[in-house]
Amino acid sequence: MYDLIFYFFALITLGSGAVVVFSKNIIYSAFSLLFTFFGVAGIYVLLNADFLAVTQLLIYVGGILVLLLFGVMLTNKVIDVELKTGTLQTVPASMIVAATAGVLCGVFYITDWRIVPSTMEMNATTAELGNMFMTTWLLPFEIASVVLLVALVGAAMIARKDKSMQN
Amino acid sequence: MQVGLTHFLIVSAILFSLGLYGVITRRNAILVLMGVELILNSANINFIAFSKYGGMKLDGQAAAVFVIILAAAEAAVALAIVLNIYQRFKTVNVDEISKMKE
Repeated sequence: MYDLIFYFFALITLGSGAVVVFSKNIIYSAFSLLFTFFGVAGIYVLLNADFLAVTQLLIYVGGILVLLLFGVMLTNKVIDVELKTGTLQTVPASMIVAATAGVLCGVFYITDWRIVPSTMEMNATTAELGNMFMTTWLLPFEIASVVLLVALVGAAMIARKDKSMQN
Repeated sequence: MQVGLTHFLIVSAILFSLGLYGVITRRNAILVLMGVELILNSANINFIAFSKYGGMKLDGQAAAVFVIILAAAEAAVALAIVLNIYQRFKTVNVDEISKMKE
């Protein structure tokens, strides 16, 4: 049963990921990115990461995907021009990517990973993650909050219209 | 064959390759960003898979949380830059934007 669910989510993830990359229509790409994120969230659940699966749905689907869709809508003339987008250098790119994929899969397959029999059961991870962020990972956690604040201010500053350039 | 660490790693390798292909070939800057998101997700799958199978308890999941945080910050700033580029050049095709300064 576990295997079946894994293959289901892997198929969703990789199939819609391929649509994202190969589709000619940018709207199709954006919406199949939604299914890719759902599939990845399912894989997280299979890996005992319940908090991360919910976070994935909240931040990626609720935040980043909406942001990307805003970007698509604001930078394409939806009504006049069809939303086709071109591709560049497909032949060398596919050779490089095929080589990369082959090497990665080969290394992952050949390497004799040291697998520690998992001691943790399917417990809820949220409480323990919260403890870790307040103890072991406190400094990175605070730095991440500063990074988010800077990104917020910087994005608002960059995206607004520059009045002095209009003249 | 029982689904184990290798299966998750290979899924993430293929997802990484798809994202890399999108980053290299697409002309539209927003599709390049989508490729970057695919790459970040594949890295996250690796972190969490090793967190479960490598006996690292929850350290891998904590790293994955930071990846998600940085992805959100990256998407916001990158979209702001893309909107600004669109205002200046009236296009978001990365091969047509070759001037640093007008």
